[in-house]
Amino acid sequence: MPQMNMVQAINDALRLEMRKNDTVVVLGEDVGKVGGVFRVTAGLYDEFGDDRVIDTPLSEGGIIGTAIGMALYGLVPVPEIQFGDFIFPAYDQIVSELAKFRYRSGGEYVSKLVIRTPVGGGIRGGHYHSQSPESQFIHVAGLKVVCPSNPYDAKGLLLASIRDPDPILFFEPKRIYRAAKGEVPEGEYTVPLGKGQIVKPGKHVTVVAWGAMLYEALDAAAQAQQKGIDCEVIDLRTLWPLDIDIIVESVKKTGRVIVVHEAPKSCGFGSEIVALINEKAFLHLEAPPVRVTGFDTPFPYTLEMEYLPLAHRILPAIVQTAQY
Amino acid sequence: MSVTPSTKNAVAATAAHENGKNGAAHVLGPALSPLVTHEPVRVMREDGTVDPARDPKLSDDRLVELYSMMVRTRIIDERLVTLQRQGRIGFHIGSLGEEATIIGSAAAARPQDWIFPCYREFGALLLRGMPLQSYVDNMFGNANDAVRGRQMPDHYTGKPYHFGSVSSPIGTQITQAVGFAWAAKMKKDDLVTLVYFGEGATSSNEFHNGANFAGVFKTPTVFLCRNNGWAISIPASKQSASQTFADKAVAYGIRGVRVDGNDVLAVYLATREAIERGSRGEGSTLLELLTYRLSGHSTSDDPKAYRKDTEVEAWKSKDPNVRFRGWLERRGLWNDEKQTRLEEAAAAELQACVQAAEKAPTPTLESMFDDVYAELPWHLREQRDELVRGPRAKGHGH
Repeated sequence: MPQMNMVQAINDALRLEMRKNDTVVVLGEDVGKVGGVFRVTAGLYDEFGDDRVIDTPLSEGGIIGTAIGMALYGLVPVPEIQFGDFIFPAYDQIVSELAKFRYRSGGEYVSKLVIRTPVGGGIRGGHYHSQSPESQFIHVAGLKVVCPSNPYDAKGLLLASIRDPDPILFFEPKRIYRAAKGEVPEGEYTVPLGKGQIVKPGKHVTVVAWGAMLYEALDAAAQAQQKGIDCEVIDLRTLWPLDIDIIVESVKKTGRVIVVHEAPKSCGFGSEIVALINEKAFLHLEAPPVRVTGFDTPFPYTLEMEYLPLAHRILPAIVQTAQY
Repeated sequence: MSVTPSTKNAVAATAAHENGKNGAAHVLGPALSPLVTHEPVRVMREDGTVDPARDPKLSDDRLVELYSMMVRTRIIDERLVTLQRQGRIGFHIGSLGEEATIIGSAAAARPQDWIFPCYREFGALLLRGMPLQSYVDNMFGNANDAVRGRQMPDHYTGKPYHFGSVSSPIGTQITQAVGFAWAAKMKKDDLVTLVYFGEGATSSNEFHNGANFAGVFKTPTVFLCRNNGWAISIPASKQSASQTFADKAVAYGIRGVRVDGNDVLAVYLATREAIERGSRGEGSTLLELLTYRLSGHSTSDDPKAYRKDTEVEAWKSKDPNVRFRGWLERRGLWNDEKQTRLEEAAAAELQACVQAAEKAPTPTLESMFDDVYAELPWHLREQRDELVRGPRAKGHGH
């Protein structure tokens, strides 16, 4: 089985689906000849031509607005927003239009896109190349949000996303674009949306993470193991709709839970996860659920490793929760 | 912005372009720049006759059909305002005084073309074949409403009639219309999109995005800018410092044409030509349709707070329906008796639809949760069950 990194796995998924389905088109800034600033779309322009791999003007609103129009016509556009930080000019189209088409037209119209965009920090990108805006989309009725943590899932989740009938934000953790490597089957397969995965089973503390922070959670869990604390680490994979069952089942077993994410703490996705745990597993809790997250500041440049919820911050949270 | 602003600079530009490649005589009038026609296209002259060089030569039946729809639209508008004042519907936003811009342009669309509406274009939807009952059901948000009571009145949808889904944000439909036309072009399908918006929307991000993409990718899109003078209380002169709204086309490399928007035949002619251009692969056209919003912005607006009655009265004398009727009468196609019959029939039809809509049931509670996603996810199933189990709000029949 070939070894791939995240970039290669996503590229492979796009290539396979474009070969199979001629309604799939890719559009965005620099996605064509140069293959994207992270080279995720490399080679697609040569294989599929400029009608299906489209270099657009520098306008996120224009990219998403026209992609919605293409989708209404019956194409399946997979637009790329160069950085998640730059998605906001398209926010009106995503929130007011893309997410609402089926609902507001009583099911007459469906606007189906998969918006790919790199997210997350730890790459010396400063505020405007590092943010994790997932809650700003999870909060919008009608959208699904996906964030893979490894090449196998990235390919399988992207193929599932393109074939799913709903509009999807596909967040790619750019810090692990090339660092996360693994075996990826040739050919098509899908990873189901809405299903998390237990990456490391354990019985003392549940740690919920996704994307690049999964590796920090695993690192902290390995260190906790040395101290005799056995963590169960869950990779959500799809953020919304949330796999609540996998979390609740784990918390019923451990009674203790930590949620890790890069985005700011207040009203971050961790807040919703903790609220749901309180609603569904309160009597099983042995300790207050804990969030280890970015701070409620803009994403900093020089101090980014202090801002991020890395293993050195997750470990003490695990220990304190275990000892509560 | 006045309807006929100084064209001094533009005239100078004409001379400069006299021998240019676009200098050839054009049915819509001489191009003042390679891309923009400033002098509003007119077909019906002041004296009530029609310019033979520009007569779109519609059949008598078609002329009467268009006029009848303009009158029906007006009657529906007036009656819906009354219903809103009586508290029987929540809201109406109509096209009083702008009938020619809507009916003339929609009439020029071919069956395969698609309309992306703003929110004043119910006349276009009826012209494309939607039954009046469906429109009235939308006004009442009942269970028969195509959007199932999920949107406020005048936020209809009409896919069977190649007519888009109305939303309230300004300009969002413009980029979508461009993307739709672009996709059709990629698939080599012969269709053009027509997108409606007001002059206020030319200030939106999406006008810029849409016009820019339309220019770069040469999409077959007709931009129908209804310059009705006002964006709620903001006059057109405060919306843009451009000499005209049609001028905006130049920066995007698309064609811009000003049209007398109270002349239904001029609107028809200009739209038809823009569609033909698009269909021939010559790209998009921006039509600035000069008209006037005789009513408030919507039933929620009081225009007396910001504009003078004299201005309104001046435009009432240019009523597009009266103007068209005059020409039909000259041709022997219309008379008082026909007018009375039409008005009575339209009012009666509407009355019957309103009665049926008021009797129709309210959408089910469960329907609130349908169509958010293709399938109901667990969290919406929980919330739906919570609603159905829980206490009821007063006032809508559950």
